[in-house]
Amino acid sequence: MSEVRISVELVRRMLTGFIRNEVTKTGHERVVVGLSGGIDSSLSAYLGAEALGPAQVLGLIMPYRTSSSQSLEDARRVVAVLGIRSRVIDITPMIDAYFAAFPEADPVRRGNKMARERMTILYDFSMVEKALVLGTSNKTELLLGYGTLHGDMASAINPLGDLYKTQVRQLAEAMGIPETILRKPPTADLWQGQSDEGELGFTYAEVDRLLYYMVDRRYNEEQLQDLGFEPDFVTRVTKLVQGSQYKRRLPVIAKISNRTIDRDFRYARDWGR
Amino acid sequence: MKAKIGLAQINPTLGDLQRNLEIHRDFIDRGHRSSVDLLIFPELSLTGYFLKDMVPQVALRLDSPVVRELEEMSRGISLVIGLVEESEEALFYNAALYLEDGAIRHCHRKVYLPTYGLFDEQRYLARGRTVRTFKSRFGQMAILICEDLWHVSTVYLAAQQGADLLLIPAASPGRGAERGGKLEIAETWEAMNRTYATLFTMGVCFTNRVGYEDGVNFWGGSEIISPAGERLLKGNDFEENLLVGVFDLDEVRRSRISNTVRRDEDLDLTFRELQRIYRKHFPEGDGDE
Repeated sequence: MSEVRISVELVRRMLTGFIRNEVTKTGHERVVVGLSGGIDSSLSAYLGAEALGPAQVLGLIMPYRTSSSQSLEDARRVVAVLGIRSRVIDITPMIDAYFAAFPEADPVRRGNKMARERMTILYDFSMVEKALVLGTSNKTELLLGYGTLHGDMASAINPLGDLYKTQVRQLAEAMGIPETILRKPPTADLWQGQSDEGELGFTYAEVDRLLYYMVDRRYNEEQLQDLGFEPDFVTRVTKLVQGSQYKRRLPVIAKISNRTIDRDFRYARDWGR
Repeated sequence: MKAKIGLAQINPTLGDLQRNLEIHRDFIDRGHRSSVDLLIFPELSLTGYFLKDMVPQVALRLDSPVVRELEEMSRGISLVIGLVEESEEALFYNAALYLEDGAIRHCHRKVYLPTYGLFDEQRYLARGRTVRTFKSRFGQMAILICEDLWHVSTVYLAAQQGADLLLIPAASPGRGAERGGKLEIAETWEAMNRTYATLFTMGVCFTNRVGYEDGVNFWGGSEIISPAGERLLKGNDFEENLLVGVFDLDEVRRSRISNTVRRDEDLDLTFRELQRIYRKHFPEGDGDE
């Protein structure tokens, strides 16, 4: 796995600088982050607290009635260790009220709805707090499309989006994130016993190494096989990456005029910032 | 003769000329206070880097009031300033000015506009067509901007025209954190600066900006390298700073006594071979051969 390793001191500096810079130049002082008790959101909170100071970070813990008590406990530990502000907001009433009308809804549909419910709460608090929503999606999830569009994928600034899951783990370890969070298997926590790696059918260690060679190093299929990757695995991951491209883009705009937003009307997001 | 050289490792605001002018005034004041003779700002220091459709809005003609003000500011302190230059025929160049004693002494238009990966310069900017040196109160100089340096030919041309000092304004985005303690791109630049200084026996002054634009960081690490390849000054990575170092111009002469590459360079050989290669690439005659 040595290929995927990063210089943690350097990355830590780049990411805290990024948060400080993006937050302050848009006239903000604070960030709000959803805490699941998992490694990604914990790391975002750690980076936010180091960049801006703990008082400027609001962690929102938003459990549903089936969320594991371990998740809640781990999220609370992050809050306590960092000394950031936090709120617990139970999303059960909103979710259950909605699905009362659709009792047949499957777990994926319910999971997406929960992710989007949490997103609306984060954005509501971002307005109250005059804060930016700090993202928690890592590069592995983003490339595989393993997240809910307009749900957990939504944020104003995302410090983790160019770090593979194993790199997130490496940085989290270096920043002293509690052992229990580092050790537990990654999960969307939508039902008992769910795990990312179980659902995806491969480990993050395997897929990160593949994605690194496929995306970062631009190896083609044949060259990937020479590295020892199974052809089926390569095909499957390639399909996941292609199939989720729409999740990484803004909605498609039908072109009519001579100057269409994002096509021939091009400005940096930091336009005048 | 010794020159006090300042590297203005600044963080310009994207597209905000007035604010960036303020930053320039501030650093020039600080330069005066530190008795700096020559102050070098980074690439596009007046405008920021990822300008995209803002290019025409921030472009300046060389007879504009802003440039006139910059000329005035160059009394007592020579300046290198990065801007979008608008030509008389309304073409937009990524350019750097050398200002001295109240006048523009030289304008370099970036010749190699990176258009790959995260770069998109050729979409918005016109390409410079010349590499020239110019006389300054510190000797013969050349300015090359960032990507220009990734083409050995530009530095070779500057050296063959007698450059003693190479000034490099840059806006280099930080990337590649997989290799240990240093960014991959920082290592590459340090190797290039040192190599060019040594191979062409000239001083190299590299000013790279800092700050973030749309999540892209600029890593700083500005430095001065002597003609013997020795690092005379090094800026911190990522931090805004005025770096001041002393460059001994006599070092150029001394380096050329011990390292005779400049004397021994065979321009005739290079020219003949280039002509042959050129003819091979572009054969004479019309139609199929």
